[in-house]
Amino acid sequence: MEYNVEVKISLKKGMLNPEASTVERALDLLGYEVENTNSYNTITFKIEEENELEVNKKVEDMCQKLLTNPVIHDYEISIK
Amino acid sequence: MKIGVIRFPGSNCDRDVYKVIELAGGKPEFVWWNKGDLSYLDGVVIPGGFSYGDYLRAGAIASITPIIEGIKSLVKEKKPVLGICNGAQILAEVGLVPGVFTTNKNSKFICQWEDLKVKTNRTPFTKNYKKNEVIKMPIAHAEGRYFNQDIELLKDQDQIVLQFTDSNPNGSLNGITGVCDESGLVCAVMPHPERASSKILGSENGLNFFKGML
Repeated sequence: MEYNVEVKISLKKGMLNPEASTVERALDLLGYEVENTNSYNTITFKIEEENELEVNKKVEDMCQKLLTNPVIHDYEISIK
Repeated sequence: MKIGVIRFPGSNCDRDVYKVIELAGGKPEFVWWNKGDLSYLDGVVIPGGFSYGDYLRAGAIASITPIIEGIKSLVKEKKPVLGICNGAQILAEVGLVPGVFTTNKNSKFICQWEDLKVKTNRTPFTKNYKKNEVIKMPIAHAEGRYFNQDIELLKDQDQIVLQFTDSNPNGSLNGITGVCDESGLVCAVMPHPERASSKILGSENGLNFFKGML
C-alpha cells in the first residue's frame, strides 16, 4: 500500500529561532505587530509499505538518522 | 605523516588545508566522500565549505556518506581527526563531538578575525599552545552558534577547545567555538586555522593546529 508521509520538524522549546525572530521583525516593518512567531520545516514523501505501523517505524528511523538533529529538534509524523 | 583532506561536493577550503599541511611538514592527500577505507592514513582533516549545499542542516547529508565509517575507524585507531567550519558541523552531526553548530543568533554570515582563547592543550591540535593562550584566527560562517544541553559535563571532561574572548559574535553557548571528544583526538572548530597559517594572511597562529597533528 502507498502512504503519504509528512514530517514536521520544529526547534525544541526554548531554543532560539533566528529565522522566526527575523520574520517577526520584518512583519513589524510592514506594520503588523505579532508575537510568538515560529517556523517549521516540513518534509513530505510517498512510501510503499505493508501497513502504517511499518511506515511509522521507518520514518522514526529516518528522523533519528538524518531528517532531524535530536539535540535541538522535535518532530511530528503524520501518515495518510 | 600522510594526512587525508576529505572532499565532499561543495567543500571549498580543501586546497587551503592541503597547502597548510605541506607547510606544517606533512604529506596531504585528497580523499573523496565515497571512500570507506582510510586505514592507510595517519589522520584526516575535514575542511570547510558548503557540503551538499547545506541542505537539511549544515553537515547533515555529509554525515551519512561512506567516508564517515572510515573516519570512525581512524578514531578507534587513535588517529587525529580535525573538522574545520563545515567539517566541524559534520563531526557534530555524526556525533563524534558533542552538541551542534546551528544558525547564528543574528542570522547573518559572519566573516571576521577573532581573538580566541585556547581552553585546553591536551588535544594533538592544541598541544603547541599554552592553556588560555589567546590566538587570532578568522571565522566565516552562518551556522556556527554552538549549543549543547550539558555544558557542565563538557567542562568537567575538559572538552572545550576554543572560546571567543571579548565578543560572542554568533551567540554560542558560553562563547564556545571549538570542542573535542572525550579522548581529545577528534576536534571540531568553527574558526579557520588554515586561514591563519602564514604571515601574508595576517596571522600564523593557526599553523600549530596542523603541526600538532603530525
